[in-house]
Amino acid sequence: MERRTLPGRLTWQLGEVVTTQPETARTKSITLIVPNWMGHQAGQHVDVRLTAADGYQAERSYSIASPPEEAPRVTLTVERLDDGEVSPYLTEELRVGDKLELRGPIGGYFVWEAQMGGPLLLVAGGSGIVPLMAMLRHRAAAGGSVATRLLDSSRSYADIIYRDELDRLVKNTTMLEVVHTLTRAQPPGWTGYHRRIDPEMLREVAWSSDQRPLTFICGPTPFVETAAASLVTLGHDPARIKTERFGPTGEA
Amino acid sequence: MMENKLDGNAAAGTLQEIFPFEMTLAQVTCTGCGTTNVIGATAAYMHGMGTIVRCPVCDTVLIRVVHARGRYWLDMRGVRVLEISVEA
Amino acid sequence: MSEGFFSRGFRSRRKPSDESGRLPPGQYLERGFPVLSAGPTPHTPLANWDFSIVGEVDQPKRWSWDEFHALPRETVTKDIHCVTKWSKFDTHWEGVSLDTLLAQVESSASYVIAFSDGGYSTNLPLDEVLGGQAWVVDTYEGQPLSPQHGGPARLLVPHLYFWKSAKWVRGLRLVAEDEPGFWESLGYNNHGDPWKEERYQGD
Repeated sequence: MERRTLPGRLTWQLGEVVTTQPETARTKSITLIVPNWMGHQAGQHVDVRLTAADGYQAERSYSIASPPEEAPRVTLTVERLDDGEVSPYLTEELRVGDKLELRGPIGGYFVWEAQMGGPLLLVAGGSGIVPLMAMLRHRAAAGGSVATRLLDSSRSYADIIYRDELDRLVKNTTMLEVVHTLTRAQPPGWTGYHRRIDPEMLREVAWSSDQRPLTFICGPTPFVETAAASLVTLGHDPARIKTERFGPTGEA
Repeated sequence: MMENKLDGNAAAGTLQEIFPFEMTLAQVTCTGCGTTNVIGATAAYMHGMGTIVRCPVCDTVLIRVVHARGRYWLDMRGVRVLEISVEA
Repeated sequence: MSEGFFSRGFRSRRKPSDESGRLPPGQYLERGFPVLSAGPTPHTPLANWDFSIVGEVDQPKRWSWDEFHALPRETVTKDIHCVTKWSKFDTHWEGVSLDTLLAQVESSASYVIAFSDGGYSTNLPLDEVLGGQAWVVDTYEGQPLSPQHGGPARLLVPHLYFWKSAKWVRGLRLVAEDEPGFWESLGYNNHGDPWKEERYQGD
């Protein structure tokens, strides 16, 4: 494994917004250039801090959507929560040229690098796709051929984050399968899953336990707990399942 | 259930304000049940008052952190041994 | 470190609006009821629930759920203040006054430690939980107190920061010497008076 320098104590840095890109009606990707970015691994997150003129501060964590290969560009994909304090600012107010205070990358536990191998099982609930997308983008950049399956749960077809890019990745890389489940509304003619994840769906989609996949599950806490418990019931080794709960509201 | 329970990963930001190491991979041995887990696999409860890290097996409080008035208050009574890798 | 940086266009939602001086310093008015949990939510069945007064007492005293409900009850309406700066006005609770409960024991102790399912504890001077200042409550806004807010029963001590109103309370231990509880031993103020902004140690 490539040696990395000590992270040192985390300090706040300023990134500059270079692009913003709506992904769905409620989510937007924000790309920043972060000078002195030390590089990151797919799956890590940053803490973002907003400071008002009166000194009031609010802090939230966001997974990095971009792969390590794009550093020092760092992309965050943020879902706007109706009663959120930080996400409405990031998705509606923040503009190209603005500075954003962040620290990171954080979290060497929930990471995947191509050299870790597979097979790889990714289970995403809503905006939980973000760190898993960093893994898929890294996989592609690394010439990816690690056998990978993504089970992605979204409310509706229009709510699938990165939908077109996922289709392209399936077409343009080998050994990648993406299965969607749409839990609230389905387009006419939809033949895919149309319910919340459950043990039966995981049994059909996941690698069998004797293939000993590396599994990453990310999304709201109840989603993560259902997925993890289901996989363990199906005989998967808990030590090869890593989870990232976003909390009850999805804003970490 | 509206608990603010997250994975230990989420506590890394706070812990790495104090410890200059990759803390999600640090191993903690629980004084309650004796199991050893990486911090990334523990349960983190985080809110405005502080950060509480609990054993994923027995829920014993492993680490508590408060950051206030320019000080850190760190209680690690629940950790028998903390093992940190210097090489990331 | 980004000294002096502020985020263009970011405004805090939390505007303190002091109507009639009911907001203690540094607080803002909250419409919701935030849940701050330090651990998994206990779910104690009522058949297993009891409330005890132990420690420096002549005789420890214990009430089962039914016995607790047979005690004289009060309805109280109070403002509550969390150290994380939110306050709620006119919250409605029902339960049993600590005056009623503590009248059942004799003690020369000066302090109480409230202890809860899940291991939480908080400490208070005995004279601050007597004289109509504290209750064990099981009903919030006319409904049984939900587990996430401390049900089946929690302590209510509204004149102090709300971390002193221990959720999932199971009893009081009376002691001669003060013992800092869960947050008091980790940098929070031992007393916690919102009107003096006693948030942290040294305040």
